[in-house]
Amino acid sequence: MSENSTNGGYIARDWTRQPAAYTPGYKTTVKRSPQAALLSFPTTLSEETSPVFGHGIIGELDNDLIHNFAKPGESAIGPRIIVYGRVLDETGRPVPGALLEFWQANAGGRYRHAKEGYIAPLDPNFGGCGRMITDENGSYEFRTIQPGPYPWPNGMNDWRPAHIHFSIFGHGFAQRLITQMYFEGDPLIPLCPIARVLNDQRAIDDLTAPLDMNRTVPMDARAYKFDIVLRGRRQTYFENRKEGL
Amino acid sequence: MAQRLDYLKESASQTAGPYVHIGCMPNFSGISIYGGDLGTTMKTGPVTGQEIKITGVVHDGVGAPVRDAMIELWQADAAGLYPSANEARGNPDPNFTGFGRSPGDPVTGEFVFETVKPGRVPFRDGRLQAPHATLWIVARGINIGLHTRLYFEDETEANSEDPILTRIEHQSRVPTLLAKKTGEAQYRFDIHLQGPKETIFFDM
Repeated sequence: MSENSTNGGYIARDWTRQPAAYTPGYKTTVKRSPQAALLSFPTTLSEETSPVFGHGIIGELDNDLIHNFAKPGESAIGPRIIVYGRVLDETGRPVPGALLEFWQANAGGRYRHAKEGYIAPLDPNFGGCGRMITDENGSYEFRTIQPGPYPWPNGMNDWRPAHIHFSIFGHGFAQRLITQMYFEGDPLIPLCPIARVLNDQRAIDDLTAPLDMNRTVPMDARAYKFDIVLRGRRQTYFENRKEGL
Repeated sequence: MAQRLDYLKESASQTAGPYVHIGCMPNFSGISIYGGDLGTTMKTGPVTGQEIKITGVVHDGVGAPVRDAMIELWQADAAGLYPSANEARGNPDPNFTGFGRSPGDPVTGEFVFETVKPGRVPFRDGRLQAPHATLWIVARGINIGLHTRLYFEDETEANSEDPILTRIEHQSRVPTLLAKKTGEAQYRFDIHLQGPKETIFFDM
């Protein structure tokens, strides 16, 4: 038997949970959505492998957005928060060594980007990006300021809920995922055409981070918990080696 | 009632949005926090194999260039080995990362990868696949990253026996996955998100 034949490959994606490409309420999707059906095939080595990003790439302040762009002795303005959680796969196993990249607007809803023209000002001490690699338990944590909602040219009066973008590399390119984290209780979530590309309310709930007073640091920063689930690998009857090795 | 299957559900994808480069290519966005952007260099020293350059543009359904996409490329080295922690078949080229990221030019949308031509990688049943690279495209207006594959038009024989290319029902669409040779070690791969020239995208 070849190496491959003992390997179950990745579990098929559940397309009832994932967004369709064509979701006209989010207007830009109309001309950026494929019309033909996707081509399905079982995962091969090309999808079951993924680049290696060692912990060595992570700088000391990469997971501290309050300080990683700030002038010495200064810090970003806004509600200080900790975002923490675990990266798991669908079988419940932790995903250690996963690279997470995150980006967001500042407390006023303004992104530091050349194409962004919102009248809310930039914060000179806030860049808006960070990254982290999960530990052996699949855990990650970073500090930032809570982003503000911002308006966008979609409908006449559309506002994004407060959100943080996440990009995640798992152990196989089949797990590659970009998503957004929302904040518990934000009344803009059910109004948002981007959140509403998801037909299943549970899928939106799973992107909504609850406030965690137990992890909140008194007189310092509130905490939000955000767990991420990547696709799982099938076990096969013939499997005789440890998962992922 | 039967027992419950206690699988977790994959987190739902959301669009990368127009400012994906802040998070994934911050130096390209003018934010210098990290040393350099990931994926800008695929060769960290002298590499084995043919060095090639791949360029292309992502087009939307009216043929306009998508100028705010991020394109990722993942491929094997010249020997067909992946520079991955779970590559169990041998030692991949230590000077080749296999992973590239390109933001696309802000005016023309053109993406560029300077890489090596990949070797052949086995399919699940052991048959060899034709040389290919996996591409993953995210952008504003794309709700879930689009997977496709880049094959090479000058690999006629390998392409004709590739287990995936040969199972495509509409063979007239296969050329949408073939990079055109435009010069010595130069390939062009244009991607069409929608319409008559639509690229084949994979359920991945």
